Amino acid sequence: MSDIHALSGAYAVDALNDIERAEFDRHLATCHSCREEVASLREAAAHLAESSAAAPPPALRARILDDARSVRPLPPTVVPHRHRVRRVPAIAAAAALVVGLGAGLTTALWKPWQPDTVQLTMADQIRQASDAQSWSQRLPGGGTATVTRSRSIDAAVWESRGLESVPAGRVYELWLQAPDETLAPAGLMSSGDGEVILRGDAGDAIGAGLTVEPSGGSPAPTTEPLVFFDFRKS
Amino acid sequence: MSNRGSEPVGVPHQGAPTGSNLASLLRRCARGDEAAFAEFYDRTSARAWGVALRVIRNPAQAEEVLQEAYLQAWRQSGRFDPDRGTPMSWLLTIVHRTAVDRVRAVEASSQRDLRYARETHANPEPDATAAVVLGSFEARKVRGALDALTELQRQALELAYWGGYTHTEVAGILEVPVGTAKTRIRDGLIRLRDTLGVEV
Repeated sequence: MSDIHALSGAYAVDALNDIERAEFDRHLATCHSCREEVASLREAAAHLAESSAAAPPPALRARILDDARSVRPLPPTVVPHRHRVRRVPAIAAAAALVVGLGAGLTTALWKPWQPDTVQLTMADQIRQASDAQSWSQRLPGGGTATVTRSRSIDAAVWESRGLESVPAGRVYELWLQAPDETLAPAGLMSSGDGEVILRGDAGDAIGAGLTVEPSGGSPAPTTEPLVFFDFRKS
Repeated sequence: MSNRGSEPVGVPHQGAPTGSNLASLLRRCARGDEAAFAEFYDRTSARAWGVALRVIRNPAQAEEVLQEAYLQAWRQSGRFDPDRGTPMSWLLTIVHRTAVDRVRAVEASSQRDLRYARETHANPEPDATAAVVLGSFEARKVRGALDALTELQRQALELAYWGGYTHTEVAGILEVPVGTAKTRIRDGLIRLRDTLGVEV
């Protein structure tokens, strides 16, 4: 891609496909101005929601609060970084002013509780997590596939390098295997090189795999996996 | 726990919750404070629900999406970073992405009909849900900001945000070259941001 910066808007409103999203996530790790821009564009996008506000079904509240009762919040991610970047919360302050909050109050309350960390991409967070586990395989047809999973972050990242290009009208589809052994779609890749954050319940998954599917993907695998990782084996 | 389900919809104070309070509620959530989470839900759910329902369209699925998104918000509450935006936009980013992922997963099995999208989105009907809350000050301001966009910017942005389409699909629907849609989406957001005074 010649100008990846131009994807910031599409990224901010989730208008990228899985491959572009992973690519842009990688780009964000190294591009400070894109991180700032995405943050400000997300603030703008959030305003679109003003016009559609509506009361949710009352019964939903109890279900959501019940969910919270059964799961504990994750601990904050604290990743030491070489550059101790301290950014001024300009966006936050500006947005707070929009909703009519005094500036003095914002500086007092908007202090982040992880001042010496910078946000890493999801993929880097997973790879650098203290409990990250990695599985790798060389494929018979050439190339390698690696999946790295962190239970504490509850996420996994898939990387493929040098796989055969997928035939026209087909796509690589990724799968997460749930504890009941069913396979759920976890993402799509259109080329043999790529990085995808696996969608779904990665923390509890017992495996992950890759199949070739008709373009657009399938709700369940229609071909044998080219590669499969069993998370129960380390 | 108080039940605020009967609160009127789209009243200005729900449309414009003060960011600092939501941030401190999130901080309490991170320590496992369920009452704080209940209050966070009460103060954000109308907009979150609006996004989920409008993207998903199917109320039963929108409920699942909202449930999934709030569970994520609860779990990730300790990782909310005020340097990177307001609590409301943080939450809506989670809700929107969850909704869009769901729409795409569902439609991956039944290829989506772009022609249908072209017909329904090219001339969007003002919908009843939106009309109810247009009276609120914030909503009027946003409507005004949207009017400042070019037609192509507004259409591209709305197809992406409310339709859940990728920029490539948006290009197909609007019959513009691939590459044009992503630029229009970005330009539209920038103009929206600058008109609303959300500036870096």
